[in-house]
Amino acid sequence: MKSPFSRRFFVGIFEREEDILGATNAARALGYKITDVYAPYAVHGLEKAMHLKPSKLPWVCFLLGLLGAALKVWFEFWTSAVDWPINVGGKPWNSLPAFVPVTFEVMVLFAGVSTVIAFLFVSRLLPGKKPAFRTAGITDHQFVIVLEETDAAFDIWQVRKLFQEFGAVHMEERVDRGKL
Amino acid sequence: MAEAFVSLRQPLISGDRTVAQVTQDIYSPLERRPTALWWSAFIASFAVMVVGIVAVSYQVGTGIGTWGLNKTVGWAFDITNFVFWIGIGHAGTLISAILFLLRQKWRTSVNRSAEAMTLFAVMCAGIFPIIHMGRPWLAFWMAPYPNTRGSLWINFRSPLVWDFFAISTYFTISAIFWYIGLLPDLATYRDRLKPGLRRSIVSFFSLGWSGSYRTWLRYETVYTLLAGLATPLVVSVHTIVSWDFATSVIPGWHTTIFPPYFVAGAIFSGMAMVLTLMIIARQVMGLENYITVRHVETMSRIVIVTSGMVALAYMTEFFTAFYSGNEYEQFIFIYRAIGPSWWAYWMMVGCNVLIPQLLWFRKVRTNLTAVFAISLLINVGMWFERFNIVVSSLQRDYLPSSWAGYSPTIIEIATLAGSFGLFFTCFLLFCRFLPMIAVAEVKGVLKYGRNGK
Repeated sequence: MKSPFSRRFFVGIFEREEDILGATNAARALGYKITDVYAPYAVHGLEKAMHLKPSKLPWVCFLLGLLGAALKVWFEFWTSAVDWPINVGGKPWNSLPAFVPVTFEVMVLFAGVSTVIAFLFVSRLLPGKKPAFRTAGITDHQFVIVLEETDAAFDIWQVRKLFQEFGAVHMEERVDRGKL
Repeated sequence: MAEAFVSLRQPLISGDRTVAQVTQDIYSPLERRPTALWWSAFIASFAVMVVGIVAVSYQVGTGIGTWGLNKTVGWAFDITNFVFWIGIGHAGTLISAILFLLRQKWRTSVNRSAEAMTLFAVMCAGIFPIIHMGRPWLAFWMAPYPNTRGSLWINFRSPLVWDFFAISTYFTISAIFWYIGLLPDLATYRDRLKPGLRRSIVSFFSLGWSGSYRTWLRYETVYTLLAGLATPLVVSVHTIVSWDFATSVIPGWHTTIFPPYFVAGAIFSGMAMVLTLMIIARQVMGLENYITVRHVETMSRIVIVTSGMVALAYMTEFFTAFYSGNEYEQFIFIYRAIGPSWWAYWMMVGCNVLIPQLLWFRKVRTNLTAVFAISLLINVGMWFERFNIVVSSLQRDYLPSSWAGYSPTIIEIATLAGSFGLFFTCFLLFCRFLPMIAVAEVKGVLKYGRNGK
């Protein structure tokens, strides 16, 4: 996964929601590659500024929910009507309406648990893992934008000026992401 | 024009806090030593919990003869407590999931602790059916696993089996929902703590959360999905609990109104419990800027609405019994109101229908002492509602020869008290070790009603 070549990043730190939104929009308009933006809370509008596509996690939720429900209906049918049919109150062995409640619960369980596992997996969140990019302010009150210096066209003075316009409190160049 | 609308919006968080101050306000109590008030509350709850543990150990060791049950009244305290605690849990899901889908921004101040309340209430609820089995070490027989008896599978047509699946799914989904909501706040906590054991533990559970916006976007999607799953789930759970009764042929139980009646009652009682806990928490933890009088007022309004639903259900039950022409059905409703357990019935009507009407007055809604007292009374009333449904309906059988009474033994009362001990012990530990306000969510609504946003 890791490239043998060191990648260079330019980091700007802001203290207001409007500033990070403005800086992100402007950096994108100028064609810079936004590696990521870090925020203490979900700032609405950033997904548009960063041109992020909506997450595909609803598909995981839908398909695994469907799978859970299908497996459960099959299991209830198999246990109650095939493997050891037992007459309960004269109801038919395959009493589908009575299977609905448990099927629903298992569907919710499958959908919920699998969505969360998929979320942790795609976001690379694991117990005991150290955060990829860390500065004390991010989880408190600061917003950070990280641009990748892709090639010689990366105009560092233009970016500095741009970030200053939006009131950046700190700017720096880094060879690798990681602890600031 | 836009400004005219903006001025109608009152800020959700009072005291003009900045984002950094919010972090400070919520985390600093966790970093200080616990107060004397916390210690005294904790020791009291813990002592009550120990009483409960002793009572449960005794009844499991001795047998179910330690209860006041007889062959007519076969369900009493355990089932009443079970339904009561499950109901308490439902308001937490209402606040965290349903109000989230309805975009009610005020929920951010109370959702974390309401979700914690749900978890602890479901834990308390789950204990009772297991004790009630009489041989709790065989509780795993409820699970459909291949066994040496055939395999003899569980009966998927039984509401008791539905209940097992409903409660365990509800607990799992509530726990996940709560933990996912806690992730960003654990990361904030991690970054504030000095190196040491506590930071290692918090760091382990914060899963390396960095605040990346890509993660935030997925997080919001997952949160919405879980809210969408939890909403029908919470309705299904209490519906299935009501089916434990409604699928039988006992007069007073065998009615189609039970599912909506139980769900409304659950949210009613749970909202009262949220009010009880929030009014204490804002005072004890110094969260007056976050849990404001406006939050209390809004929740009081939900209490009035759900109280109305419960009142309607009480009247509908009576009407249906009258209109059914069924003697047994009519008898049991009159019996509940004027029979030997009349006090339980009128306790229920008084606390659930009459007293909440005081909340129509703004003066009462904004008086925290009054709201606190009303919320306690509602919880008492809702406990008696379940007692009334479970016990009063069973006391009179079809044959007068099998009529019986019921009075709880000291063991049953100690078990009920012990469940409160467990609930408050868990809640107090939660207040001490985890941020009891959803910090990241509050930061997101901080500007609401300010700066024209």
